[in-house]
Amino acid sequence: MLGYTLKRLLTLIPTLLVASILIFLFVHLIPGDPASILLGDSATPEEIASLSAHMGLDRPLWQQYLVWFKNVLHGDFGQSIFFKTPVLEVIADGAETSICLALMTMFWIVLIGIPVGIVSASFHGSWVDQITSGGAMLLASIPTFWLGLYLILIFSVGLGWFPSSGFPSISDEGGLSNLRYLILPSLTLAAPNAALIVRLVRASMLDVSREDHVRTARAKGLHPARVSIKHVFRNALIAVAAAFGFTFAALVSEAVVTETVFSLPGIGRLVVQSILRRDYPVIQGVILLIVLLYLVINLLVDLAYARLDPRVSLQ
Amino acid sequence: MALLEINNLSIAVASQGQLLPVVTDCSFSVAAHETLGVVGESGCGKSLTALAIMGLLEGSQVNITSGSIVFDGRDLLQLRPAQRRAIMGNQMAMVFQEPMTSLNPVYRIGEQITEVLQQHRKITHRESRQRALELLDLVKIPHPQDRIDSYPHQLSGGQRQRVMIAIAMACEPALLIADEPTTALDVTVQKEVLDLMLDLQTRTGTSIILISHDLGVIAETCDEVAVMYRGRIIEKATTASLFANMAHPYTRGLLASIPTIDTDNDWLQAIPGRVPGIDEKVNGCPFHPRCAHTETPCTQTAPRLIDTHPHHAVRCHFAGEI
Repeated sequence: MLGYTLKRLLTLIPTLLVASILIFLFVHLIPGDPASILLGDSATPEEIASLSAHMGLDRPLWQQYLVWFKNVLHGDFGQSIFFKTPVLEVIADGAETSICLALMTMFWIVLIGIPVGIVSASFHGSWVDQITSGGAMLLASIPTFWLGLYLILIFSVGLGWFPSSGFPSISDEGGLSNLRYLILPSLTLAAPNAALIVRLVRASMLDVSREDHVRTARAKGLHPARVSIKHVFRNALIAVAAAFGFTFAALVSEAVVTETVFSLPGIGRLVVQSILRRDYPVIQGVILLIVLLYLVINLLVDLAYARLDPRVSLQ
Repeated sequence: MALLEINNLSIAVASQGQLLPVVTDCSFSVAAHETLGVVGESGCGKSLTALAIMGLLEGSQVNITSGSIVFDGRDLLQLRPAQRRAIMGNQMAMVFQEPMTSLNPVYRIGEQITEVLQQHRKITHRESRQRALELLDLVKIPHPQDRIDSYPHQLSGGQRQRVMIAIAMACEPALLIADEPTTALDVTVQKEVLDLMLDLQTRTGTSIILISHDLGVIAETCDEVAVMYRGRIIEKATTASLFANMAHPYTRGLLASIPTIDTDNDWLQAIPGRVPGIDEKVNGCPFHPRCAHTETPCTQTAPRLIDTHPHHAVRCHFAGEI
């Protein structure tokens, strides 16, 4: 297990190298340049050219890449062109919001997706199943931004239960109760993903329930609920665990929309704004970190997979 | 009184709004400490009958439409689900045909054995593990101490079937139902597993219903035999009488289709045709389309089960004549 983990961590290096090249190229393919955006409409071409030279943007792309890559290896992601502060600090500012949002979203996905999936499978074919499966289908189809706006309309504007936008740090006054700012955004983000988990749990449980070993469990005289959880759900979990890797990928892209709708100071909104500002170092830094996070999460999913299924051996 | 009495059991499968009969008017009994063999080709209703006795048809498309299953003086079909579960795995246990898939792949075999003990016995974790070790030893798994923490995929098919037998015997059931327990195993292992079950029977006095399509196996192991065809019992006798006075053309066909090395046959004897599907209607005797002795009455009326000898009943118009 440990050896496998180390080997997998080593294979992250070439993947990250390729990813860094792609990210760098794509970011520089975006039309428009930072200097003209920084200086505004009234700037003369000479001013733009001199600022570009000052920022090193006039050098060939491969040279720029090598300089950036060398600095990244030293843990220096450069300075934000817009904020004039180190990129890592800019990212750290958004990280608290994004991490809290992600954790809370995962919490809803697990809390809603798994039990509802189990109920749906246990009563499959009945009206309970019709309602839960239909509801899940509906939630999976609703666009995130639309759901977010309607939640704001109902629970913030209408009922006044939750704030509609922003997120003061939990280290600020109010402490953990500031998490209420994230309830609507996390529900928005969780809805389509929880719906997918519901359908996946249901489908895998129905698959497993047809297997011979479930009949053996029933022949032992176990209570149906015990058969359902210990023998059907436990085995279905193997397929569900694999889906969490994909769910994370979906979360990253949907978070961009959700953070924008709820004006959250998170990393998703930071990426969008940085692209609009052509803040190359920030875009590159954030995307590289997301790639790293994605790879690590998939490694964790594989490790979980081996824990859940003794037939899988990690080599 | 017999340990198990099946009276006029009929089973039907629900398909597209109609009920198709798969087992019709089936009656037999199993005495304490005895072995009943149930023989027939695939699709003749033997497994469904076994699942019905065990109580594993609940929640499937297959329903018991009439009859009674009296076990130890109680009609199982009248019991509440909780009462039924108290019997399953406890006084009555089952070994299935597919050892490769009948164990849960994610739990160690020790856990799968202790699970049934903890369900039916007031027993500590330690005691149940000790008992699991004894059971593994009883079913002749070498080095139980090392094997108890194995996962099913680390065992061979024969060993997995031994574990299944250990699970079935854990609570010392009065009745063990074995549904083709050796069919999926290597020929060399088949005999070992069968001998093991008979050995356990002499030790614990459990009754066995042995389902098989192999008359050879039945001849060696059973006290009584019921031959099924298309959901009906077509011949029922003590093993001795069955082989001495074999009367139904189907039973004879089954026996003739066992290849032997002492006769000089180039061809494998087989019963012509196939078992008709459950949605196909056959008038008269259900076996007549495949029977070599078919005459007019066979195509018109279904024969009843008639006694030809003491403890020997046959469902054929010409029983004793052909």
